Amino acid sequence: MTELPRLPTSGGCRDEPILKQRGQREVFCGLTGIIWLHRKMQDAFFLVVGSRTCAHLLQSAAGVMIFAEPRFGTAILEETDLAGLADAQSELDKVVDQLLARRTDIKQLFLVGSCPSEVIKLDLSRAAERMTERYAPSVRVLNFSGSGIETTFTQGEDACLASMVPVLPKTDERQLMLVGALPDVVEEQAISLLADMGIGPIRVLPAPRSDTGLGIGDKTMFALTQPFLGDTHAALERRGARHLPAPFPFGEEGTTAWLRTIADEFGVDDATFERVTAAPRARARKAITQASDALRGKSIFFFPDSQLEIPLARFLTRECGMEAIEVGAPFIHKGIVGPDLDMLAQGPTLSEGQDVDLQLDRCRDARPDLTVCGLGLANPLEAEGLATKWAIELVFTPVHFYEQAGDLAGLFSRPVRRAELLDLEVTA
Amino acid sequence: MKLTVWTYEGPPHVGAMRVATGMTGLHYVLHAPQGDTYADLLFTMIERRNHRPPVTYTTFQARDLGSDTANLFKTSLQDAYARFQPEALIVGASCTAELIQDDPGGMAETMDIPVPVIPLELPSYQRKENFGADETFFQIVRTLAKPVARTARISCNLIGPTALGFRHRDDITEITALLSDMGVSVNVVAPMTARPSDIARMGAAHFNVLMYPETAETAARWMARELDQPYTTIVPIGVGATRDFVAEVAGITGVTPYLDDSRLRLPWYSKSVDSTYLTGKRVFLFGDGTHVAAAARIARDEMGFEVVGMGCYNREMARPIRALAKDYGVAATITDDYLEVERVIEALQPEMILGTQMERHIGKRLGIPCAVISAPVHVQDFPARYSPQMGIEGANVIFDTWVHPLVMGLEEHLLHMFRDDFEFHDAAGPSHHGGHAPRPGAAAGPAPQAAPSPRDISEPEKTGADIIWLADAERELKKIPFFVRGKARRNTETFASERGVARISVETLYEAKAHYAR
Repeated sequence: MTELPRLPTSGGCRDEPILKQRGQREVFCGLTGIIWLHRKMQDAFFLVVGSRTCAHLLQSAAGVMIFAEPRFGTAILEETDLAGLADAQSELDKVVDQLLARRTDIKQLFLVGSCPSEVIKLDLSRAAERMTERYAPSVRVLNFSGSGIETTFTQGEDACLASMVPVLPKTDERQLMLVGALPDVVEEQAISLLADMGIGPIRVLPAPRSDTGLGIGDKTMFALTQPFLGDTHAALERRGARHLPAPFPFGEEGTTAWLRTIADEFGVDDATFERVTAAPRARARKAITQASDALRGKSIFFFPDSQLEIPLARFLTRECGMEAIEVGAPFIHKGIVGPDLDMLAQGPTLSEGQDVDLQLDRCRDARPDLTVCGLGLANPLEAEGLATKWAIELVFTPVHFYEQAGDLAGLFSRPVRRAELLDLEVTA
Repeated sequence: MKLTVWTYEGPPHVGAMRVATGMTGLHYVLHAPQGDTYADLLFTMIERRNHRPPVTYTTFQARDLGSDTANLFKTSLQDAYARFQPEALIVGASCTAELIQDDPGGMAETMDIPVPVIPLELPSYQRKENFGADETFFQIVRTLAKPVARTARISCNLIGPTALGFRHRDDITEITALLSDMGVSVNVVAPMTARPSDIARMGAAHFNVLMYPETAETAARWMARELDQPYTTIVPIGVGATRDFVAEVAGITGVTPYLDDSRLRLPWYSKSVDSTYLTGKRVFLFGDGTHVAAAARIARDEMGFEVVGMGCYNREMARPIRALAKDYGVAATITDDYLEVERVIEALQPEMILGTQMERHIGKRLGIPCAVISAPVHVQDFPARYSPQMGIEGANVIFDTWVHPLVMGLEEHLLHMFRDDFEFHDAAGPSHHGGHAPRPGAAAGPAPQAAPSPRDISEPEKTGADIIWLADAERELKKIPFFVRGKARRNTETFASERGVARISVETLYEAKAHYAR
């Protein structure tokens, strides 16, 4: 029998008070998700309807320009579009006509709302309906908002996936749906572990292409692979699918608990579960032990960024021996991260939302050994002598499941080791 | 509405941030939604700044709209003043806040902040980053600079350098030294390095050195008018321009022109025999107007290249660049559309691109070497070493930078001699660069293919409507080294179409070669 995770004796963090402050936030908007979503959905184009700022964000946030023409772009609103809304709709039609004429490989088009398009109340759902009729059946047009007044960073992916749920065909097949955009290598590992236990069919949202026949219905069980999918969770439940709540599959313990929840639902016996997971679990433990050497006994402070903070704090405190000082998240959705909160021992300050100046004051007072924060804060904090880990790397890098557990610990230990490694003083 | 993939310039409030971040003792309160804070990383990551940009974002959310976004602005301004205690504040709106019309400037006026609060009007839906920087600096100067007594020694202000500027950090050092050699001291460098209190004493300088017209020309004109300070019009990038700049400064100030050129190596390096291969290299120039104009002169007069095209992305410089292109007998490409620039480059088939980081990507895709001469910048444009563009050292740096991407002279000959050599082949690239690809088909498996572009339309049609390459000619063309093959193809097709030849044979190829021989 695989032992279940032991809950902290002092009680978990689920019912701990949450510090909420209102002030300047230092986070990306939901448009940022397009950077990885467009790689994941290979026949999709993401058209942001926004301003020059949106376009500038998209090319700056990734820190790289993708070699070749990407499958995203911005329809930049100009003075004339702001004058009358009727104009903006027909202008948008023109841009989409142009785009689809030259990109015949596109089967799904997402119209992505931004701060300016929300403020001028440009109705993108109406536009999407109109265009779906116009381009059916070759292109499906959907819309979601990635605006900074509505969404924070990874919520963009949530909004995107949620927009796809209502148009999924109905199926009565009993199936498992894995929800969340993961790097292919990680997704394949998850599917292969579950398939080896005899679980199937397994579907993935988002599918790599729109023609994979992904359906949904009352007999669909879904497991989230990312903790930021609150709206998608609600949309899936509205379609009759049932959520399998579990800790998130980070680290050996999280992965095992996540797999166990699914295995139980699908009636997998202990022997089978043990047979499939024993070897990768042992590998994961070994890799974590090696990679977390530099982390044991060290303190960590999370600025809010991706909503991965709570599951990661659980992994780092329980499996890597770290002590969490503050765990900040842009949003805390207890229905989703509840199982992780149960496992996170009381002690750290839990904070939701942000007043970045006050949070920086707390961070400087605490002088953590490692600070997890966005790119805007990392170098300034390093300059103050605080080792940092850029949070954005955690959503771009394969970090889920057993085989990546060591890499995940490594992402955190590298800056700590580096801080200890560099020696620029005289030796005498 | 305009479809955009990559942009050369950010929105105007990013220009304002470049001014604010370059300065100290100034704070920018920006009415903006939360996502706009991405702009901080431009400075902390690309430029590796060790402090946060001095910007407070009000970060309003959807639920604030229509209720108290105005109050949110006031609270943010009050808090920012209390926390940062700046000597002056600038306030403004980003693109979204512009739409909700809260009037940050008007609100700030009612608030009794005990330091100057300078309102910015930066129309986000019409203008761009350079305008934002230029206008912000102008407003700061207009508010804070007052007529003051001139310094006893002849002095000047260096104006234009900002945070996130292309080599601004090192240009300041170079030009300060150059002027010091002439006996001219620097009064204030602004906006970068200046405090608001320094801006107040800019009037003490005898004249202004306008280093970057993109970011300081409006301020320069205002100071000429209001503070009676003439400004320089020559940007000292390149040997000739640096000499002209020295003469211009001498003319303005009456000091004896002097230039210590003992460290200047470009002229000799360019004359030395190993540089013969640079003769007539066909280059395409693209960037901001100022850097392109400077690069055109260096390319033609100091390196012996042939300029086959030029352009700029900032419309403010369209007129001078069009005029310059006319002088050079080439067409000007004035556009901020990356795909259009790519089309022009594809059609011209230059042997080298002198452009921005965007053209570096185009060059990578088309297999054309590229050296970067202008913003927009990338983390690589902030080298640890001293690396100015201006003055004597700037000329040396430019020589090295421009020659580096090219296949060197003798290597070029070896490539011609041993066309199908296992080390010298198309995929290998110049031998002094790392990361050589293995020879296609040789030894270890399939060679990596260049990523195919997913585009469907922007591939230009094969030039010359109905011209066909016969198989022999196509094979012969492949024997021509890759770095001149594009030119050979284009020349041959032009030659054929001018003569109404529809099928290109080996004969046609060599006739064309003879025709274009230089």
